[in-house]
Amino acid sequence: MGTRASICIIATSMWSFFHKLGSPPWLYKISGSILRWLLPITVVALAVGLAWGLLFTAPDFRQGNSYRIIYIHVPAAIVALAAYYIMALAGAVSLIWKMKMADIAMKACAPIGASFTFLALVTGAIWGKPTWGTWWVWDARITSMLVLLFLYLGVVALYEAFDNKEAASKACAVLALVGTVNIPIIYKSVDWWYSLHQPASIKMTGGSSIDSSMLYPLFWMIASVYALFACCMMLSMRVEILKSEGKTGWVKRLATESNS
Amino acid sequence: MPNSEPFLVADGLSLSRGGRQLFSNLCFEVEAGELIQVEGSNGAGKTSLIRILAGLSRYGFEGRVERNEAILYLGHSSAVKGMLTPRENLSWSVTGRGQYCNEEIDSALDKVGLYGYEDVASNTLSAGQHRRVNLARLHLSDCPLWLLDEPFTAIDKAGVENLQEIFASHVESGGAIMLTSHQALSPGQRVRSINLSPSNFGAVG
Amino acid sequence: MNQASSRIESTLSSAQFCRRLLRRQLVLAIRRPVEIGNPLLFFTMVVALFPLGLGPAPAQLAEFAPGVLWIIALLSNLLTSDAIFRGDFEDGSLEQLLLSPQPLYLSVLAYIGAHWLVTGLLLALVSPIFAVMLNLSTASIPALVGSLLLGTGVLSLLGCVGAALTVGLRRGGMLISLLILPLYMPVLIFGSAAVNAAVLGNPAGPYLAILAGMLCFAVALAPFAVAAGLRISIDA
Repeated sequence: MGTRASICIIATSMWSFFHKLGSPPWLYKISGSILRWLLPITVVALAVGLAWGLLFTAPDFRQGNSYRIIYIHVPAAIVALAAYYIMALAGAVSLIWKMKMADIAMKACAPIGASFTFLALVTGAIWGKPTWGTWWVWDARITSMLVLLFLYLGVVALYEAFDNKEAASKACAVLALVGTVNIPIIYKSVDWWYSLHQPASIKMTGGSSIDSSMLYPLFWMIASVYALFACCMMLSMRVEILKSEGKTGWVKRLATESNS
Repeated sequence: MPNSEPFLVADGLSLSRGGRQLFSNLCFEVEAGELIQVEGSNGAGKTSLIRILAGLSRYGFEGRVERNEAILYLGHSSAVKGMLTPRENLSWSVTGRGQYCNEEIDSALDKVGLYGYEDVASNTLSAGQHRRVNLARLHLSDCPLWLLDEPFTAIDKAGVENLQEIFASHVESGGAIMLTSHQALSPGQRVRSINLSPSNFGAVG
Repeated sequence: MNQASSRIESTLSSAQFCRRLLRRQLVLAIRRPVEIGNPLLFFTMVVALFPLGLGPAPAQLAEFAPGVLWIIALLSNLLTSDAIFRGDFEDGSLEQLLLSPQPLYLSVLAYIGAHWLVTGLLLALVSPIFAVMLNLSTASIPALVGSLLLGTGVLSLLGCVGAALTVGLRRGGMLISLLILPLYMPVLIFGSAAVNAAVLGNPAGPYLAILAGMLCFAVALAPFAVAAGLRISIDA
């Protein structure tokens, strides 16, 4: 009985949390108070992680100092991929429950995800030049990352093309979900295609022989970049909330309060 | 027909476009034998209301619509393909209700004044004749509820009178019609009107 | 008594409706033969561009032929997909289709089927001519036709998703390529791989099987995305 009661309580509190998530003023308020401590923590964590990774870890015995770019490249790539799934999830929520905040999350996520993808591609190219002597390789991972960038840009372009923003969100949600189904297929086919054409002249995955002294700052940076992503999402969503709710009472009150 | 359930129930419909409230908390029922005219100035939301009721608009409004009967919807566009003849347009209709033999289709076209045009390419017909091909669907359909958006557009005087007769007989035989039009419907018909002008939200006369 | 309500409507099964839609779409296409011919003409012209760009050396042309033929097939499919729903959207037929009591999944399949019959199928059937023009070995022609038959089906299904999402927009043409081209990549990879395998004398069967698998997957899922896209576009 006890477990059932507690499940009930969890279910109802989950429901009320979900319900609150759909309320713009609540989300605006709670994201404001989260950002107040998350933003400084993120800045400090990024600074510490970058200093640790770029200055204090030992240089790689083969790649020298150039390998240090993985402390930006790898977290950016991981977050870029995760952001796509977050966007698709928000799209699914928007289609199924018609939640306005899910629309806003999706709208905010696309350009941020695209930026992280772009960052991952650029840092990858910069890493590639000294390491393999070329800026660009049609490697499975790089190509998939490029396709991911295309998918993000497709969502952004589709959203901008619609005049009716509600319809725009729904259309982007469908596109994002189609992309979600396709990403693994695209990755697998590009992977297979590359292994067929490029008989291991360049091997990007040199086994996981990475030393733990290099690994810890990497984990630290991955967590920090996730936090950075969360901050960007919240900031961008707050702007969108204010834009879409500009004519409602609570935003007007907010504006007058901050002026006085 | 008081004990049968209404054809359509609209409950608390509200719609705003570009920050302007078009209508709010609109509640009404459409029952058998009713002819309802939606009135309002240009941009009052008449077409939006009909599209919401038909089920074409699914986002951007608040409220609930309950549809209990099959609906025939005729919108602004005539849904007539220029490359097909009027007969083909009706027999291969994308509405997906019923199939008709050529005699039925020809008789429907005859009733809207297109006798002799059954087999010519529709792109040689005028805009008004396209509308008439579309209106021939009224004769073929057996949907009890008709939602018509500006049915009199581009129809000549005789055609309008003919349409009024069709409306009267559909309502008499237990159907219901909801239409938007700026035109006064024929006198002697019991017409309920829903006015969408901003001053009287949801006023039902 | 109204004639309309007194007559008993003979009911229409989903299969009958689907056949009727397919017939309607095909008749519409056949009455504008130029629009069926245009993609083929496009295909021919682009094939003619490649020797001008790459040089007329037969060996070199043959080496690039599988990829070239597949990319052109992909582009000509892409160019036609924008029009799948546009006519019906503009004249109001699409509204009627969405209000119809028939399952939209099947109706959409009829549209896609008609599109494939007048683009993909024709392209696959005339592709041997272009293969010969680009000096592709005759042994690889069955693989080319087979891969095009299966692959263009997937392309039509994916293109239809893009068409449904952009049909409500006035400037859909460029956007649809941005949305759909990334999704075309797996088809391109396995389609040209099938032809390449045949050129090298290897069996093309496994690649064709993968393409067939993609086709099944796309047939199962894409119409749902198309249906959702159409409902959104009609609302915009």
